[in-house]
Amino acid sequence: MSTVTNTQKKAPAGERVADWADGRLGIYTLAKANMRKIFPDHWSFMLGEICLYSFLIIILTGVYLTMFFHPSMNEVEYAGSYVPLQGQLMSEAFNSTMTISFEVRGGLLIRQIHHWAALIFLAGMFVHMMRVFFTGAFRKPREINWLFGFLLFFLGMFTGFTGYSLPDDLLSGTGVRFMQGAILSVPIVGTYLSMFLFGGEFPGGDFVARFYSAHVLLLPGIMLGLVVAHLILVFVHKHTHFAGPGRTNDNVVGMPLLPVYMAKAGGFFFLVFGVIAIVAAVATINPIWAIGPYRPDQVGTGAQPDWYMGFAEGLIRVMPGWEINLWGHTLVLGVMIPLAIFPAVLAAIAVYPFIESWITGDKREHHIAQRPRNAPTRTAFGVAWITAYMIMLVGGGNDLWATHFHLSINAITWFVRIFFFVGPVIAFIVTKRICLGLQRRDKDKVLHGRESGIIKRLPHGEFVEIHEPLSQGELYKLTAHEQYEPAALPPSVDDNGVERRTGALEKLRVKLNKSYYGDDNQVAKPTQEEYKEIQNGHGHH
Amino acid sequence: MKKLSARRRHPLAAVVVLLLALAATGGLYAAFAPAGTAKADVTAQSLAIEEGKKLYSVGCASCHGTGGQGTTDGPSLVGVGSASVDFQVGTGRMPAQQPGAQVPKKKVIYTQAEIDQLAAYVASLGAGPITPKEAQYDPAGADAAKGGELFRTNCAQCHNFTGKGGALTYGKYAPPLDGVSPKHLYEAMQTGPQNMPSFPDSTMPEQQKKDIIAYVEAVNGDKTVSPGGLTLGGLGPVSEGLFAWIFGLGALIAVAIWVAAHTAKAKKS
Repeated sequence: MSTVTNTQKKAPAGERVADWADGRLGIYTLAKANMRKIFPDHWSFMLGEICLYSFLIIILTGVYLTMFFHPSMNEVEYAGSYVPLQGQLMSEAFNSTMTISFEVRGGLLIRQIHHWAALIFLAGMFVHMMRVFFTGAFRKPREINWLFGFLLFFLGMFTGFTGYSLPDDLLSGTGVRFMQGAILSVPIVGTYLSMFLFGGEFPGGDFVARFYSAHVLLLPGIMLGLVVAHLILVFVHKHTHFAGPGRTNDNVVGMPLLPVYMAKAGGFFFLVFGVIAIVAAVATINPIWAIGPYRPDQVGTGAQPDWYMGFAEGLIRVMPGWEINLWGHTLVLGVMIPLAIFPAVLAAIAVYPFIESWITGDKREHHIAQRPRNAPTRTAFGVAWITAYMIMLVGGGNDLWATHFHLSINAITWFVRIFFFVGPVIAFIVTKRICLGLQRRDKDKVLHGRESGIIKRLPHGEFVEIHEPLSQGELYKLTAHEQYEPAALPPSVDDNGVERRTGALEKLRVKLNKSYYGDDNQVAKPTQEEYKEIQNGHGHH
Repeated sequence: MKKLSARRRHPLAAVVVLLLALAATGGLYAAFAPAGTAKADVTAQSLAIEEGKKLYSVGCASCHGTGGQGTTDGPSLVGVGSASVDFQVGTGRMPAQQPGAQVPKKKVIYTQAEIDQLAAYVASLGAGPITPKEAQYDPAGADAAKGGELFRTNCAQCHNFTGKGGALTYGKYAPPLDGVSPKHLYEAMQTGPQNMPSFPDSTMPEQQKKDIIAYVEAVNGDKTVSPGGLTLGGLGPVSEGLFAWIFGLGALIAVAIWVAAHTAKAKKS
């Protein structure tokens, strides 16, 4: 008894604090389980970190901005220091944003960091999502986390949009009007929805306050929860890694969280903050003083949303202005169809993991990140999707394409209309060909080695290039991927000679499966026999 | 008086009266009919018109017709006024280089004196807007804030919020207003060149034009400062998005590659 009390007295202060905390928070078990968590090293695995840190930067700068921003539509006369607006009537929201930009210490820099970080956050999420997509890192067990990530991107778009609308400047007001137009185009309930959202006729006196609560509380609250869930799942699933010597589906090779990744990630946070701060210090964003306060009777050309809403802008811009008049009611197809395509484009990429797993019938766990070339059909689909997205971005900026490349805006609009459908098909075919070509090249490299660039002349006069055999590790990297047999329909009659019924859905699945694993859709990787035969038989050639 | 009336029958009286009458008539004529200066002006004017006509025949007539009546290649110039000529030729748009959706601004090839002569000739074809005097377009003392409001109401839908230009249909465009002189801004509003609507004094009084010119000078002039840094063309979210992707995310990915390449190595593998 006495010895126990003795040792307790001798314990150093740090240990006692840790012990005190552990008794109440259980941090020891948590830390023990996670401190040695391994993260693989690859630059593309840090894209998610860029998103996380820019999100944190947005929250930090956003908190600062809330201290000076007045989410109110009350009309005031500008009396600040920017001369070309003095005496103009504007909402308090615009006025306070002007104050932030010109009077608050560091206000403009913080505002610009906030806005640049938002653009970079969304761009980072887009690239991160594509990285996950093209390496097949969304496969079991990560489908739910893929959806969480997608939801973050989706909510990020709307958080960005509501934030962009808050200063109540002429540009964002036009954007809000655009959104109201889209809401109005919804059959039957459109007008009611619009009246409900704006508290009456557009723009009314309510929308800034409502967008404000959505922008600073509702949407970021949900996003923060999703970010935490996203990270917990990363810990639970462990990180994927690329195949290589010692890197298999059952392990993770990399550096531990503590101390290596803590230092790396912590340092990377400051690097991200630094880069965004430099961008914000160098280039202006959303110069509301130049744009002016919103008035529904005014508009400027080049009224575009931030980039992440650009493809929605494109959909509206290139859609012909069709409408149907029925019994005194107008069905505005010119807006309603884009409004329907907008979520459909996003849903196409969101549900892809589930469609792929249904087509391939692959329900096993995957922890190896695939090389895009080894999944040609998926890669081709992804590139086709990006192509459609990018073509719509061109449509969204058609006026700037016209002025900068001296083209007719009408010609661009027609190009976008046609290539929204044709472009993805071309991209799909071309990408698939490229992937298969790269697979063939890999096969060639495995069997014949790397081209050394050294030309040798044989005694009888023939010139040959010397091929260097690959190292064992490189050979493994190029041949580690699994290849599947295409699915086949069961025989049309069963063992008893009775006709077997195969559903149309199953037939479709088998057909699609062949487009993944059929003869023309993957290049069989070299077998050991082939390799040995070449190595022993012909040698280099 | 008596002295005068006593001599009214003097033989020389008629001569005196005649002289007085002639002097009065001549004096009144000289006072009320400024014949001398008018004659000089008319001479200078007709000389300018003469010279202008010569220049016109060489540089303009192939499209606008020998008498400014217009052809299939160019519109009639009757009634466009000297302000139109001063703008079109003074900004280098005319003579046009080639037909197209719109005639672009280019190097000015005439001197101001020649432009004035051309303007005089075209003005002689029919009444139209007159080249403004400096007092009309000088933005000094005008209200830039009021001008901003007018600009956003009347101009921004084609020329963008701060006059950076914008696209119109079928390859036409509203040109950027960077570096356009107050006189040319005024003339453009007054005459409505090419695809631009005109804003005559009846719809937009002189003072409002001055306000607009003051606003354009304030937000898109040589002395305009951008408080937030590079304006990226002042084109709005498209150029901002491009910048965020290339210099924001691009730089961050470069940094990520650098961080990932410098890992802690326990053992050389």
